[in-house]
Amino acid sequence: MLSIAGVHTFYGKIEALKGVDLEVGAGEIVALIGANGAGKSTLLMTICGRPRAARGRIVFDGRDITRMETFQIVRLGLAQSPEGRRIFPRMTVLENLQMGATTADERYYADDLERVFALFPILKQRQSQRGGTLSGGEQQMLAIGRALMSRPRLLLLDEPSLGLAPLVVKQIFEVIREINEQQKVTVFLVEQNAFHALRLAHRGYVMQTGRVTLSGSGRELLANKEVRAAYLEGGH
Amino acid sequence: MAYFLQQLINGLTLGSIYGLIAIGYTMVYGIIGMINFAHGEIYMIGAFVTIISLLVLASAGVTSIPVALVLTLIVTMFFTSAYGWTVERIAYRPLRASHKLAPLISAIGMSIFLQNYVQLLQGARGKPLPPIVTGGFTLMDSGGFSVHLSYLQLFIFLLTVALMAGFSTLIASTPLGRAQRACEQDLGMAALLGVDVDRTISLTFVMGAALAAVAGLMVTLYWGVVDFFIGFLAGVKAFTAAVLGGVGSLPGAMLGGLLIGLIEAFWSGYFSVQYKDVSVFAILVLVLIFRPTGLLGKPEVEKV
Repeated sequence: MLSIAGVHTFYGKIEALKGVDLEVGAGEIVALIGANGAGKSTLLMTICGRPRAARGRIVFDGRDITRMETFQIVRLGLAQSPEGRRIFPRMTVLENLQMGATTADERYYADDLERVFALFPILKQRQSQRGGTLSGGEQQMLAIGRALMSRPRLLLLDEPSLGLAPLVVKQIFEVIREINEQQKVTVFLVEQNAFHALRLAHRGYVMQTGRVTLSGSGRELLANKEVRAAYLEGGH
Repeated sequence: MAYFLQQLINGLTLGSIYGLIAIGYTMVYGIIGMINFAHGEIYMIGAFVTIISLLVLASAGVTSIPVALVLTLIVTMFFTSAYGWTVERIAYRPLRASHKLAPLISAIGMSIFLQNYVQLLQGARGKPLPPIVTGGFTLMDSGGFSVHLSYLQLFIFLLTVALMAGFSTLIASTPLGRAQRACEQDLGMAALLGVDVDRTISLTFVMGAALAAVAGLMVTLYWGVVDFFIGFLAGVKAFTAAVLGGVGSLPGAMLGGLLIGLIEAFWSGYFSVQYKDVSVFAILVLVLIFRPTGLLGKPEVEKV
Protein backbone atom coordinates (compact mmCIF):
# COMPACT_ATOMS: atom_id res chain seq x y z
CA MET A 1 0.00 0.00 0.00
CA LEU A 2 2.85 2.33 0.86
CA SER A 3 6.29 1.77 -0.49
CA ILE A 4 9.28 3.92 0.21
CA ALA A 5 12.43 3.44 -1.81
CA GLY A 6 15.79 5.13 -1.33
CA VAL A 7 14.38 8.26 0.26
CA HIS A 8 16.76 11.01 1.28
CA THR A 9 15.54 14.09 3.14
CA PHE A 10 17.48 17.17 4.16
CA TYR A 11 16.90 19.90 6.71
CA GLY A 12 19.07 22.58 5.20
CA LYS A 13 22.39 20.82 4.85
CA ILE A 14 21.70 18.14 7.43
CA GLU A 15 20.78 14.81 5.91
CA ALA A 16 18.03 13.47 8.15
CA LEU A 17 17.10 10.45 6.01
CA LYS A 18 19.94 8.66 4.28
CA GLY A 19 18.22 6.33 1.88
CA VAL A 20 15.26 4.70 3.58
CA ASP A 21 13.51 1.64 2.11
CA LEU A 22 10.30 0.47 3.70
CA GLU A 23 7.00 -1.21 2.84
CA VAL A 24 3.61 -1.10 4.49
CA GLY A 25 1.10 -3.63 3.19
CA ALA A 26 -2.66 -3.18 3.15
CA GLY A 27 -4.30 -4.17 6.44
CA GLU A 28 -1.05 -4.26 8.38
CA ILE A 29 0.09 -2.52 11.51
CA VAL A 30 3.73 -1.64 10.96
CA ALA A 31 5.86 -0.14 13.73
CA LEU A 32 8.95 1.95 13.24
CA ILE A 33 11.10 2.16 16.31
CA GLY A 34 14.35 3.93 17.06
CA ALA A 35 16.01 6.40 19.34
CA ASN A 36 15.40 10.12 19.48
CA GLY A 37 16.70 11.86 16.38
CA ALA A 38 16.87 8.71 14.28
CA GLY A 39 14.63 10.34 11.66
CA LYS A 40 11.33 8.58 12.41
CA SER A 41 9.18 11.69 12.50
CA THR A 42 11.02 13.10 9.51
CA LEU A 43 10.07 9.98 7.58
CA LEU A 44 6.38 10.39 8.44
CA MET A 45 6.44 14.04 7.44
CA THR A 46 8.34 13.25 4.25
CA ILE A 47 5.58 10.83 3.26
CA CYS A 48 3.23 13.83 3.42
CA GLY A 49 5.61 16.06 1.49
CA ARG A 50 6.74 18.31 4.37
CA PRO A 51 9.69 18.40 3.91
CA ARG A 52 9.87 16.93 0.46
CA ALA A 53 12.17 13.99 -0.28
CA ALA A 54 15.32 15.15 -2.05
CA ARG A 55 15.83 11.76 -3.67
CA GLY A 56 13.96 8.48 -3.84
CA ARG A 57 10.38 7.47 -4.47
CA ILE A 58 7.29 7.23 -2.32
CA VAL A 59 4.39 5.30 -3.78
CA PHE A 60 0.96 5.15 -2.18
CA ASP A 61 -1.61 2.79 -3.70
CA GLY A 62 0.29 2.64 -6.94
CA ARG A 63 0.60 6.41 -7.28
CA ASP A 64 3.88 8.24 -7.03
CA ILE A 65 3.32 10.89 -4.35
CA THR A 66 6.94 12.01 -3.98
CA ARG A 67 6.36 15.36 -5.67
CA MET A 68 2.70 15.93 -4.84
CA GLU A 69 1.36 18.80 -2.75
CA THR A 70 0.62 17.89 0.87
CA PHE A 71 -3.12 18.53 0.60
CA GLN A 72 -3.33 16.37 -2.51
CA ILE A 73 -1.45 13.52 -0.85
CA VAL A 74 -3.81 13.40 2.10
CA ARG A 75 -6.79 13.55 -0.24
CA LEU A 76 -5.72 10.14 -1.53
CA GLY A 77 -6.74 8.60 1.78
CA LEU A 78 -3.80 9.08 4.07
CA ALA A 79 -3.97 10.79 7.46
CA GLN A 80 -1.36 11.68 10.01
CA SER A 81 -1.43 12.33 13.72
CA PRO A 82 1.87 14.17 13.84
CA GLU A 83 4.64 14.64 16.35
CA GLY A 84 3.57 17.01 19.11
CA ARG A 85 -0.12 16.32 18.29
CA ARG A 86 -0.58 19.80 16.83
CA ILE A 87 -4.12 20.31 18.02
CA PHE A 88 -5.52 23.71 17.01
CA PRO A 89 -5.40 25.31 20.45
CA ARG A 90 -7.95 28.08 19.91
CA MET A 91 -10.53 25.86 18.24
CA THR A 92 -12.99 23.70 20.07
CA VAL A 93 -12.68 19.92 20.16
CA LEU A 94 -15.59 19.69 17.73
CA GLU A 95 -14.00 22.19 15.35
CA ASN A 96 -10.75 20.25 15.48
CA LEU A 97 -12.65 17.14 14.47
CA GLN A 98 -14.44 19.07 11.72
CA MET A 99 -11.05 20.14 10.41
CA GLY A 100 -10.14 16.46 10.34
CA ALA A 101 -13.09 15.87 8.04
CA THR A 102 -11.85 18.46 5.50
CA THR A 103 -11.23 15.87 2.80
CA ALA A 104 -14.08 13.52 3.70
CA ASP A 105 -17.45 13.23 2.04
CA GLU A 106 -19.99 15.30 4.00
CA ARG A 107 -22.50 12.44 3.98
CA TYR A 108 -20.33 10.43 6.36
CA TYR A 109 -19.68 13.26 8.80
CA ALA A 110 -22.34 12.39 11.39
CA ASP A 111 -21.44 8.68 11.37
CA ASP A 112 -17.72 9.36 11.58
CA LEU A 113 -18.21 11.75 14.46
CA GLU A 114 -20.21 9.12 16.34
CA ARG A 115 -17.52 6.57 15.63
CA VAL A 116 -14.79 8.80 17.04
CA PHE A 117 -16.91 9.63 20.09
CA ALA A 118 -17.49 5.92 20.61
CA LEU A 119 -13.74 5.28 20.54
CA PHE A 120 -12.98 8.24 22.80
CA PRO A 121 -16.05 9.09 24.92
CA ILE A 122 -14.12 11.81 26.76
CA LEU A 123 -14.02 13.85 23.53
CA LYS A 124 -17.79 13.91 23.43
CA GLN A 125 -17.90 15.41 26.92
CA ARG A 126 -15.28 17.99 25.98
CA GLN A 127 -16.55 18.82 22.50
CA SER A 128 -17.14 22.53 23.10
CA GLN A 129 -13.92 23.03 25.05
CA ARG A 130 -10.92 24.61 23.35
CA GLY A 131 -8.24 22.19 22.17
CA GLY A 132 -5.53 24.03 24.08
CA THR A 133 -7.25 23.36 27.43
CA LEU A 134 -7.20 19.55 27.10
CA SER A 135 -4.79 17.34 29.01
CA GLY A 136 -1.99 15.59 27.14
CA GLY A 137 -3.87 12.30 26.93
CA GLU A 138 -7.03 13.98 25.73
CA GLN A 139 -5.05 15.88 23.10
CA GLN A 140 -3.58 12.61 21.90
CA MET A 141 -7.05 11.12 21.58
CA LEU A 142 -8.20 14.23 19.75
CA ALA A 143 -5.23 14.03 17.36
CA ILE A 144 -6.02 10.40 16.53
CA GLY A 145 -9.75 11.13 16.31
CA ARG A 146 -9.08 14.07 14.02
CA ALA A 147 -6.99 11.88 11.75
CA LEU A 148 -9.77 9.27 11.65
CA MET A 149 -12.36 11.85 10.62
CA SER A 150 -10.92 11.86 7.10
CA ARG A 151 -11.75 8.13 6.72
CA PRO A 152 -8.14 7.27 5.91
CA ARG A 153 -7.07 3.96 4.45
CA LEU A 154 -3.59 4.53 5.85
CA LEU A 155 -3.11 6.10 9.27
CA LEU A 156 0.29 7.50 10.22
CA LEU A 157 0.74 7.82 13.97
CA ASP A 158 3.71 9.61 15.48
CA GLU A 159 4.42 8.59 19.07
CA PRO A 160 0.84 8.13 20.22
CA SER A 161 2.09 7.07 23.66
CA LEU A 162 4.42 10.00 24.29
CA GLY A 163 4.07 11.48 27.75
CA LEU A 164 0.98 9.51 28.68
CA ALA A 165 0.15 7.56 31.82
CA PRO A 166 0.58 3.77 31.41
CA LEU A 167 -3.15 3.17 31.63
CA VAL A 168 -3.88 5.69 28.88
CA VAL A 169 -1.12 4.19 26.74
CA LYS A 170 -2.76 0.80 27.04
CA GLN A 171 -6.10 2.31 26.09
CA ILE A 172 -4.66 4.08 23.05
CA PHE A 173 -2.95 0.92 21.81
CA GLU A 174 -6.20 -0.99 22.18
CA VAL A 175 -7.94 1.63 20.09
CA ILE A 176 -5.27 1.34 17.40
CA ARG A 177 -5.82 -2.42 17.24
CA GLU A 178 -9.56 -1.86 17.06
CA ILE A 179 -9.24 0.64 14.23
CA ASN A 180 -7.05 -1.79 12.35
CA GLU A 181 -9.16 -4.89 12.88
CA GLN A 182 -12.67 -3.51 12.68
CA GLN A 183 -12.32 -0.60 10.31
CA LYS A 184 -9.61 -2.19 8.16
CA VAL A 185 -7.37 0.85 8.43
CA THR A 186 -3.71 0.22 7.72
CA VAL A 187 -1.52 1.69 10.45
CA PHE A 188 2.06 2.88 10.27
CA LEU A 189 3.21 3.67 13.75
CA VAL A 190 6.31 5.48 14.98
CA GLU A 191 7.17 4.73 18.59
CA GLN A 192 9.85 5.02 21.20
CA ASN A 193 7.77 2.73 23.38
CA ALA A 194 9.18 -0.27 21.53
CA PHE A 195 7.70 -2.96 23.73
CA HIS A 196 4.09 -1.95 23.26
CA ALA A 197 4.56 -1.04 19.63
CA LEU A 198 6.19 -4.34 18.62
CA ARG A 199 3.63 -6.37 20.51
CA LEU A 200 0.88 -4.59 18.65
CA ALA A 201 2.48 -4.55 15.20
CA HIS A 202 2.51 -7.27 12.60
CA ARG A 203 5.87 -6.10 11.40
CA GLY A 204 8.48 -3.65 12.53
CA TYR A 205 11.46 -1.65 11.37
CA VAL A 206 14.31 -0.26 13.43
CA MET A 207 15.81 3.04 12.43
CA GLN A 208 19.19 4.47 13.39
CA THR A 209 20.58 7.85 12.31
CA GLY A 210 18.58 8.13 9.13
CA ARG A 211 18.73 4.49 8.00
CA VAL A 212 16.65 1.38 8.50
CA THR A 213 18.96 -1.10 10.19
CA LEU A 214 16.67 -4.00 11.05
CA SER A 215 13.32 -5.34 10.06
CA GLY A 216 11.15 -8.32 10.81
CA SER A 217 7.91 -9.40 12.38
CA GLY A 218 6.96 -7.80 15.66
CA ARG A 219 7.72 -11.02 17.50
CA GLU A 220 11.13 -11.44 15.87
CA LEU A 221 12.18 -7.94 16.73
CA LEU A 222 10.99 -8.32 20.30
CA ALA A 223 13.24 -11.37 20.61
CA ASN A 224 16.18 -9.76 18.84
CA LYS A 225 19.20 -9.20 21.08
CA GLU A 226 20.19 -5.84 19.69
CA VAL A 227 16.65 -4.53 19.89
CA ARG A 228 16.34 -5.75 23.44
CA ALA A 229 19.59 -4.13 24.45
CA ALA A 230 18.95 -0.84 22.75
CA TYR A 231 15.23 -0.25 23.19
CA LEU A 232 13.70 -2.63 25.65
CA GLU A 233 15.94 -3.26 28.60
CA GLY A 234 16.44 -0.35 30.89
CA GLY A 235 12.79 0.47 31.15
CA HIS A 236 9.98 0.96 28.74
CA MET B 1 -22.90 68.72 24.33
CA ALA B 2 -24.18 69.22 20.80
CA TYR B 3 -20.67 69.78 19.56
CA PHE B 4 -19.49 66.63 21.34
CA LEU B 5 -22.28 64.59 19.78
CA GLN B 6 -21.41 65.88 16.32
CA GLN B 7 -17.76 64.89 16.76
CA LEU B 8 -18.89 61.49 17.99
CA ILE B 9 -20.91 60.97 14.81
CA ASN B 10 -18.06 62.15 12.60
CA GLY B 11 -15.57 60.02 14.50
CA LEU B 12 -17.65 56.87 14.22
CA THR B 13 -18.08 57.39 10.48
CA LEU B 14 -14.38 57.80 9.96
CA GLY B 15 -13.72 54.92 12.34
CA SER B 16 -15.96 52.56 10.34
CA ILE B 17 -13.86 53.24 7.28
CA TYR B 18 -10.56 52.69 9.11
CA GLY B 19 -11.94 49.55 10.70
CA LEU B 20 -12.87 48.00 7.37
CA ILE B 21 -9.36 48.62 6.05
CA ALA B 22 -7.76 47.40 9.29
CA ILE B 23 -9.45 44.00 8.95
CA GLY B 24 -7.45 43.35 5.80
CA TYR B 25 -4.18 44.01 7.64
CA THR B 26 -5.12 41.90 10.59
CA MET B 27 -6.36 38.89 8.60
CA VAL B 28 -3.30 38.72 6.41
CA TYR B 29 -1.04 39.11 9.41
CA GLY B 30 -2.94 36.38 11.23
CA ILE B 31 -2.53 33.88 8.46
CA ILE B 32 0.95 34.49 7.06
CA GLY B 33 2.50 36.78 9.69
CA MET B 34 3.21 39.59 7.28
CA ILE B 35 2.12 43.24 7.17
CA ASN B 36 0.72 43.86 3.71
CA PHE B 37 1.96 47.39 3.13
CA ALA B 38 0.23 47.52 -0.23
CA HIS B 39 -3.19 47.21 1.44
CA GLY B 40 -3.67 51.02 1.58
CA GLU B 41 -3.20 51.08 -2.18
CA ILE B 42 -5.84 48.40 -2.60
CA TYR B 43 -8.23 50.71 -0.77
CA MET B 44 -7.17 53.59 -3.03
CA ILE B 45 -7.90 51.43 -6.07
CA GLY B 46 -11.31 50.71 -4.54
CA ALA B 47 -11.96 54.46 -4.45
CA PHE B 48 -10.97 54.86 -8.10
CA VAL B 49 -13.05 51.92 -9.24
CA THR B 50 -15.98 53.51 -7.40
CA ILE B 51 -15.64 56.79 -9.31
CA ILE B 52 -15.18 55.05 -12.64
CA SER B 53 -18.14 52.78 -12.02
CA LEU B 54 -20.41 55.65 -10.97
CA LEU B 55 -19.44 57.64 -14.05
CA VAL B 56 -19.99 54.69 -16.35
CA LEU B 57 -23.37 53.98 -14.79
CA ALA B 58 -24.36 57.63 -15.03
CA SER B 59 -23.44 57.79 -18.70
CA ALA B 60 -25.28 54.53 -19.28
CA GLY B 61 -28.39 56.23 -18.01
CA VAL B 62 -28.78 54.63 -14.59
CA THR B 63 -30.47 57.43 -12.69
CA SER B 64 -31.71 55.66 -9.58
CA ILE B 65 -29.17 56.33 -6.85
CA PRO B 66 -29.76 53.17 -4.80
CA VAL B 67 -29.41 51.02 -7.92
CA ALA B 68 -26.24 52.83 -8.92
CA LEU B 69 -24.81 52.43 -5.42
CA VAL B 70 -25.53 48.72 -5.19
CA LEU B 71 -24.12 48.05 -8.66
CA THR B 72 -21.05 50.14 -7.86
CA LEU B 73 -20.56 48.28 -4.61
CA ILE B 74 -20.55 44.95 -6.43
CA VAL B 75 -18.31 46.15 -9.25
CA THR B 76 -15.87 47.78 -6.84
CA MET B 77 -15.61 44.75 -4.61
CA PHE B 78 -15.08 42.53 -7.62
CA PHE B 79 -12.33 44.53 -9.31
CA THR B 80 -10.55 45.50 -6.12
CA SER B 81 -10.53 41.87 -4.95
CA ALA B 82 -8.97 40.93 -8.26
CA TYR B 83 -6.17 43.39 -7.50
CA GLY B 84 -5.75 41.95 -4.02
CA TRP B 85 -5.58 38.44 -5.41
CA THR B 86 -3.08 39.42 -8.10
CA VAL B 87 -0.79 41.26 -5.68
CA GLU B 88 -0.56 38.17 -3.47
CA ARG B 89 -0.04 35.93 -6.44
CA ILE B 90 2.81 37.82 -8.06
CA ALA B 91 4.47 39.67 -5.18
CA TYR B 92 4.11 37.48 -2.08
CA ARG B 93 3.50 33.85 -2.97
CA PRO B 94 6.81 33.34 -4.80
CA LEU B 95 8.56 34.61 -1.66
CA ARG B 96 6.73 32.41 0.81
CA ALA B 97 9.69 30.11 1.46
CA SER B 98 12.25 32.91 1.76
CA HIS B 99 13.32 35.16 4.60
CA LYS B 100 10.56 36.97 6.50
CA LEU B 101 11.73 40.40 5.34
CA ALA B 102 11.49 39.56 1.65
CA PRO B 103 7.68 39.75 1.31
CA LEU B 104 7.67 42.92 3.45
CA ILE B 105 10.04 44.63 1.06
CA SER B 106 8.07 43.27 -1.85
CA ALA B 107 4.92 44.76 -0.28
CA ILE B 108 6.51 48.19 -0.03
CA GLY B 109 7.57 47.87 -3.66
CA MET B 110 4.04 46.85 -4.63
CA SER B 111 2.67 49.87 -2.78
CA ILE B 112 4.95 52.26 -4.67
CA PHE B 113 4.16 50.51 -7.93
CA LEU B 114 0.40 50.74 -7.48
CA GLN B 115 0.55 54.42 -6.56
CA ASN B 116 2.53 55.23 -9.69
CA TYR B 117 0.41 52.94 -11.81
CA VAL B 118 -2.76 54.79 -10.82
CA GLN B 119 -1.03 58.14 -11.13
CA LEU B 120 0.03 57.32 -14.69
CA LEU B 121 -3.34 55.94 -15.73
CA GLN B 122 -5.57 58.44 -13.96
CA GLY B 123 -3.41 61.53 -13.60
CA ALA B 124 -1.99 63.10 -10.48
CA ARG B 125 -4.81 65.57 -9.85
CA GLY B 126 -7.62 64.84 -7.44
CA LYS B 127 -10.78 63.42 -8.99
CA PRO B 128 -13.87 65.14 -7.63
CA LEU B 129 -17.26 63.52 -7.41
CA PRO B 130 -20.36 65.62 -6.82
CA PRO B 131 -22.31 64.61 -3.69
CA ILE B 132 -24.57 61.71 -4.59
CA VAL B 133 -26.21 60.92 -1.29
CA THR B 134 -27.45 64.18 0.20
CA GLY B 135 -29.65 65.19 3.08
CA GLY B 136 -29.93 63.85 6.59
CA PHE B 137 -31.45 64.23 10.01
CA THR B 138 -31.01 67.08 12.41
CA LEU B 139 -30.76 65.31 15.73
CA MET B 140 -30.49 68.27 18.05
CA ASP B 141 -30.45 72.04 18.02
CA SER B 142 -28.87 73.93 20.88
CA GLY B 143 -27.44 77.41 21.09
CA GLY B 144 -27.30 77.88 17.36
CA PHE B 145 -25.41 74.62 16.80
CA SER B 146 -27.28 71.75 15.24
CA VAL B 147 -26.19 68.14 15.18
CA HIS B 148 -26.46 66.46 11.80
CA LEU B 149 -26.51 62.84 10.96
CA SER B 150 -26.41 62.67 7.20
CA TYR B 151 -28.00 59.82 5.26
CA LEU B 152 -24.55 59.04 3.98
CA GLN B 153 -23.18 58.65 7.50
CA LEU B 154 -26.08 56.40 8.38
CA PHE B 155 -25.43 54.39 5.22
CA ILE B 156 -21.76 54.00 6.20
CA PHE B 157 -22.62 52.79 9.72
CA LEU B 158 -25.26 50.37 8.59
CA LEU B 159 -23.16 48.93 5.79
CA THR B 160 -20.23 48.52 8.18
CA VAL B 161 -22.37 46.78 10.78
CA ALA B 162 -23.89 44.50 8.14
CA LEU B 163 -20.50 43.61 6.70
CA MET B 164 -19.04 42.95 10.12
CA ALA B 165 -21.93 40.69 11.05
CA GLY B 166 -21.71 38.75 7.80
CA PHE B 167 -17.99 38.55 8.04
CA SER B 168 -17.92 37.32 11.63
CA THR B 169 -20.40 34.59 10.74
CA LEU B 170 -18.27 33.60 7.78
CA ILE B 171 -15.16 33.26 9.96
CA ALA B 172 -16.92 31.61 12.89
CA SER B 173 -19.10 29.03 11.21
CA THR B 174 -18.34 28.23 7.60
CA PRO B 175 -15.83 25.63 6.40
CA LEU B 176 -13.83 28.40 4.74
CA GLY B 177 -13.67 30.43 7.95
CA ARG B 178 -12.68 27.34 9.87
CA ALA B 179 -9.93 26.59 7.39
CA GLN B 180 -8.70 30.17 7.72
CA ARG B 181 -8.56 29.93 11.49
CA ALA B 182 -6.80 26.58 11.23
CA CYS B 183 -4.20 28.06 8.88
CA GLU B 184 -3.76 30.95 11.27
CA GLN B 185 -3.05 28.60 14.18
CA ASP B 186 -0.92 26.00 12.39
CA LEU B 187 -0.40 26.28 8.66
CA GLY B 188 1.47 23.00 8.34
CA MET B 189 -1.14 21.03 10.25
CA ALA B 190 -3.92 22.53 8.15
CA ALA B 191 -2.10 21.27 5.05
CA LEU B 192 -1.75 17.81 6.65
CA LEU B 193 -5.52 17.72 7.05
CA GLY B 194 -6.04 18.43 3.38
CA VAL B 195 -6.58 22.19 3.42
CA ASP B 196 -5.34 23.83 0.23
CA VAL B 197 -3.26 26.39 2.07
CA ASP B 198 -2.36 28.51 -0.96
CA ARG B 199 -6.00 28.82 -1.93
CA THR B 200 -6.99 29.76 1.63
CA ILE B 201 -4.33 32.46 1.72
CA SER B 202 -5.50 33.79 -1.66
CA LEU B 203 -9.07 33.96 -0.40
CA THR B 204 -7.90 35.83 2.68
CA PHE B 205 -6.35 38.48 0.45
CA VAL B 206 -9.52 38.60 -1.63
CA MET B 207 -11.70 39.09 1.46
CA GLY B 208 -9.43 41.80 2.88
CA ALA B 209 -9.42 43.58 -0.48
CA ALA B 210 -13.21 43.36 -0.76
CA LEU B 211 -13.62 45.10 2.60
CA ALA B 212 -11.01 47.70 1.66
CA ALA B 213 -12.99 48.25 -1.55
CA VAL B 214 -16.08 49.07 0.48
CA ALA B 215 -14.01 51.50 2.55
CA GLY B 216 -12.81 53.07 -0.71
CA LEU B 217 -16.39 53.45 -1.88
CA MET B 218 -17.41 55.05 1.41
CA VAL B 219 -14.57 57.51 1.40
CA THR B 220 -15.25 58.53 -2.19
CA LEU B 221 -18.85 59.31 -1.34
CA TYR B 222 -17.94 60.94 1.96
CA TRP B 223 -15.10 63.22 0.93
CA GLY B 224 -16.01 63.57 -2.72
CA VAL B 225 -12.44 63.64 -3.97
CA VAL B 226 -9.82 60.94 -4.46
CA ASP B 227 -6.27 60.90 -5.72
CA PHE B 228 -3.55 58.32 -6.17
CA PHE B 229 -1.98 59.08 -2.79
CA ILE B 230 -4.94 58.64 -0.42
CA GLY B 231 -4.00 55.02 0.25
CA PHE B 232 -0.82 55.94 2.04
CA LEU B 233 -2.21 57.90 4.98
CA ALA B 234 -5.39 55.83 5.28
CA GLY B 235 -3.29 52.68 5.10
CA VAL B 236 -0.95 53.77 7.86
CA LYS B 237 -3.88 54.85 10.02
CA ALA B 238 -5.73 51.58 9.48
CA PHE B 239 -2.50 49.77 10.29
CA THR B 240 -2.36 51.82 13.51
CA ALA B 241 -5.94 50.75 14.17
CA ALA B 242 -4.99 47.09 13.68
CA VAL B 243 -2.05 47.46 16.07
CA LEU B 244 -4.18 49.29 18.63
CA GLY B 245 -6.81 46.56 18.54
CA GLY B 246 -4.22 43.79 18.50
CA VAL B 247 -2.83 42.55 15.21
CA GLY B 248 -4.45 39.23 14.35
CA SER B 249 -7.74 39.96 16.11
CA LEU B 250 -10.79 40.74 13.97
CA PRO B 251 -12.92 42.44 16.64
CA GLY B 252 -9.71 44.21 17.65
CA ALA B 253 -9.33 45.66 14.16
CA MET B 254 -12.86 47.02 14.19
CA LEU B 255 -12.51 48.41 17.71
CA GLY B 256 -9.13 49.91 16.85
CA GLY B 257 -10.60 51.50 13.74
CA LEU B 258 -13.46 53.09 15.66
CA LEU B 259 -11.09 54.39 18.36
CA ILE B 260 -8.70 55.88 15.80
CA GLY B 261 -11.64 57.55 14.04
CA LEU B 262 -12.90 58.97 17.34
CA ILE B 263 -9.46 60.17 18.42
CA GLU B 264 -8.98 61.90 15.11
CA ALA B 265 -12.41 63.54 15.17
CA PHE B 266 -12.18 64.73 18.77
CA TRP B 267 -8.65 65.97 18.35
CA SER B 268 -9.68 67.91 15.26
CA GLY B 269 -12.76 69.23 17.03
CA TYR B 270 -11.19 70.31 20.29
CA PHE B 271 -7.49 70.89 19.61
CA SER B 272 -6.15 71.40 16.15
CA VAL B 273 -7.00 70.01 12.76
CA GLN B 274 -3.41 70.40 11.57
CA TYR B 275 -2.12 67.97 14.15
CA LYS B 276 -4.81 65.31 13.85
CA ASP B 277 -2.45 62.85 12.18
CA VAL B 278 0.10 63.42 14.94
CA SER B 279 -2.51 62.42 17.49
CA VAL B 280 -3.14 59.15 15.68
CA PHE B 281 0.51 58.25 15.34
CA ALA B 282 1.22 59.22 18.93
CA ILE B 283 -1.27 56.48 19.80
CA LEU B 284 0.67 54.04 17.66
CA VAL B 285 3.88 54.89 19.52
CA LEU B 286 2.21 54.63 22.94
CA VAL B 287 0.59 51.29 22.14
CA LEU B 288 3.83 49.85 20.85
CA ILE B 289 5.64 50.94 24.01
CA PHE B 290 3.08 50.02 26.66
CA ARG B 291 0.89 47.33 25.15
CA PRO B 292 2.50 45.85 22.07
CA THR B 293 -0.13 43.11 21.84
CA GLY B 294 -2.88 45.72 21.49
CA LEU B 295 -6.21 45.91 23.30
CA LEU B 296 -7.63 42.54 22.28
CA GLY B 297 -4.49 40.85 20.98
CA LYS B 298 -3.21 37.58 22.30
CA PRO B 299 0.32 37.60 23.65
CA GLU B 300 2.77 35.89 21.36
CA VAL B 301 3.78 32.69 23.12
CA GLU B 302 6.70 30.81 21.70
CA LYS B 303 6.13 27.15 22.32
CA VAL B 304 9.17 25.05 23.02
